[in-house]
Amino acid sequence: MSDLKQELKEKIITQLNLEDIAIEEIADNDPLFGDGLGLDSIDALELIVMLDKDYGIKLTDPKEGKKIFESIEVMANYIAEHRTK
Amino acid sequence: MNKTYLSYNNIVSSLGFDSPTVVQKIHEGLSGVTLIEDETLFPNPFYASVIDSDYLGKAFEKLQPAGGYTRLEQMMILSLDKIIKASGVALTDRVGLILSTTKGNIDTLDPRNPMPAERAYLGTLGHIIKNHFGFSTEPIVLSNACVSGILAISTAKRFISQGTFDQVFIVGGDIVSNFILSGFNSFQAMSTLPCKPYCKQRSGINIGEVAASVLVNKDQDNLPPEAVEILGEASCNDANHISGPSRTGEGLYRSILSAFKEANVGPGDIDYICAHGTATIFNDEMEAIALNRLGLDAVPLNSLKGYFGHTLGASGLLETIVSMHSLYHNTLYPSKGFTELGVSQPLNIITAPIAKDLNCFLKTASGFGGCNTAAIFKKVRS
Amino acid sequence: MKAQHLKIKEYCKISNNRVLLNDQLLYEDQGSDFTTFIKLAYKKMDTNYPKFFKMDDLSKLGFLASDILLKPMTQDAEITKNIALVFSNSASSLQTDRKHQESIVDKENYFPSPAVFVYTLPNICLGEISIKHRLYSENSFFIFNHFNAKYLHDYASSLIESEKADEVLCGWINCDVEDYEAFLYLVSKKGSIEHNKEEIIKLYTTK
Repeated sequence: MSDLKQELKEKIITQLNLEDIAIEEIADNDPLFGDGLGLDSIDALELIVMLDKDYGIKLTDPKEGKKIFESIEVMANYIAEHRTK
Repeated sequence: MNKTYLSYNNIVSSLGFDSPTVVQKIHEGLSGVTLIEDETLFPNPFYASVIDSDYLGKAFEKLQPAGGYTRLEQMMILSLDKIIKASGVALTDRVGLILSTTKGNIDTLDPRNPMPAERAYLGTLGHIIKNHFGFSTEPIVLSNACVSGILAISTAKRFISQGTFDQVFIVGGDIVSNFILSGFNSFQAMSTLPCKPYCKQRSGINIGEVAASVLVNKDQDNLPPEAVEILGEASCNDANHISGPSRTGEGLYRSILSAFKEANVGPGDIDYICAHGTATIFNDEMEAIALNRLGLDAVPLNSLKGYFGHTLGASGLLETIVSMHSLYHNTLYPSKGFTELGVSQPLNIITAPIAKDLNCFLKTASGFGGCNTAAIFKKVRS
Repeated sequence: MKAQHLKIKEYCKISNNRVLLNDQLLYEDQGSDFTTFIKLAYKKMDTNYPKFFKMDDLSKLGFLASDILLKPMTQDAEITKNIALVFSNSASSLQTDRKHQESIVDKENYFPSPAVFVYTLPNICLGEISIKHRLYSENSFFIFNHFNAKYLHDYASSLIESEKADEVLCGWINCDVEDYEAFLYLVSKKGSIEHNKEEIIKLYTTK
C-alpha cells in the first residue's frame, strides 16, 4: 500500500505538472483540492483519466471523484479495492 | 458613429440549407439533433446535429467547384455563395471577409482523412474561401472559442466603424469531429440524450455542425426584410477560470451591461433573449445568475441548442440569424428540450411558440477561456 | 479621440531564445530547447505563478510576454485595469491540437486528456492572462497567415476610440513545429512611439 501511495504522489506531480512540489511535501492525509495542493476542476478530470488509463477504473460521475480524490490515503484505498489492472 | 446592419444571411445545417427553411423547421418544433452511430467519430452512439454527407455533396456539386474541398469548406462555400449572389455586392478592397471558427478543418489532422494535414491551418482555410469567391482583402479568421460567432459580428462592426471596410461578409462554421467529441467527452460534458438547456434534467451538451453566414452593411439600402441594426455589443472576460464559468456570471454581466451602454437601452427595452444555454450544469446556472443581476429574469428567453446542438464557433452567428427571423415573424420560438426550471434563479423560458410584436433582442454567449459576449439588435423599420 | 493620437507605450519580444523589453535584453539562453528556455526565463523574471507549469507552450509564451508588460501596471489589487487583449498568430493552437489528436488515434489506447484538450483553443492564453492580471476586458484572437499590422492597428484603435478599453495589449504569439515567436505591444493614450502601421511593422521586424 505504501508503494501505491508513493506511486500516486509521483504520478500526481508529473501528470498535473506540479513543478514546485516535492513528493515529501505531500502527506498521505493532506487534502488534494482547495487549500491543500490547490488542484482544480481540470485536475479532477485528469485524475479520472488516470484512474481509467493506469488502473482500469471507470468513473462516469465527476461527483464520485470528489470523494475519491480527497487525499492520497483515500485514493490509494479506493484504487486497491477497485483496480482491474 | 456609423450605423451597422445585419443583412443577407444563410444557414447550412442539418435542418436545411437556407435560413427560411431552417426557421420554418424550428417553427414546426423539429430538431436536427439525432442519434448517430459512427465509430469513426466516436466509439459509442451519441446525439448530435450532423449534416447528411450525400445531401451536402450534391448541393455543393451544383456550384461546379474546381478542385477538392473539405467538408467544412463545402459547407462554408455553400453558405456564403447564396448571400454574395443575393446581395449583389462586388468584392472590392472595401469589402472584408471574416471567418468565425474554433477548429476549422481539424478533421484533416486525422491520418485517415484524405486531405493534407496542412489544411488544418486556419489561415489556409481563410484563403481557400477568399480565393474561391475572389475577395480582394486578406481574410480575418476569428478563433475565440464559443463566443467567436457573436464576436465576429462585433469585429465586423468595429472594422466598419473604423473605416477599414464598408461591408463585411462573415461565415461561421465548425464540424462534428472525433477531435471535438473526444475532447468534450473527456470533460464529461456530453449528454447521453438530446440536450435540455436550463432544465432540471439537463445533463450536458450535444455537438452540432453548421455553416452560417451574414452580410454586415453600413448602408440602410438594399436590406432584406429580416435585417436588423446592431445597437451595441461588448465582450468581457471572467478573469476566473479557463474552463469553468464564473460562479457570479461576472464576465457575462459586464458584457451585457457594456452592450446596454453602447446601445443606449436598458433591460426594459429587450423583448427577447437568445441566450447561450449549452445545457451543462454550470453554464446554465451562471447565465441565470448574470441575467438576474441585470433584472432580465422576466424577459422571454430561449436557447437554440436543442435544435442544432452546440455548433461552437458558428453558434453565436447561427443563433443571431435565427433570432433575426424570429423578430421578422414576430414569433418567439420555444427553448427545445426544456420542461422544468433547473437553475437557482428565475428565468422566463419560452415553452411554446408565441406571437408577439418584437422590436429588440439580446444575444449572448460564453466560452472556454472565460470569454463572454453580448450584442443587442433592433428591427429595421422602413 | 482620433487614431493618430494613440501611442505605443512599450513592447516585448520573445524569440530566438531571447527576451526583450523595448530594446533592452532581459534574458538570453542560447542552446536550450523551448521547454527549458521558457522555464528558465520564467524563473529569471521572478514570475512566481505555479499555474504556469500547467499551460501549453502557446499560453506559456503569451503569458510570459504579457506578464513582463502588465506586471508593473496591475500590481495594485484594488484597481482593475481595462486593458483589452488582441492577439494573433498563424498556427492557432495547432501544436496542442496535434497532441490531442495523437491521444485519440489508437482505439486500444484512447485516453484524451482534458488538461490537453482545454488548450486546443488559442484564446485560452488570453484567459490565463486575464486571470493573473484580473482583466475583465475585451479578448480577441485572430488568425492570419502573416503578421498583419493594418488589422491589429485598426482593431486596437477602434477599441480605445469606442471606449471599450483604455489600453490594448496587442500583437503576435505563435508556436509551431519549427519555431516560436512572441511580439506584444501596448497601445495607450500616452507613450513615445506613434501608433501607426509603419511603426508597428518596424518594431516587429527589428531583431
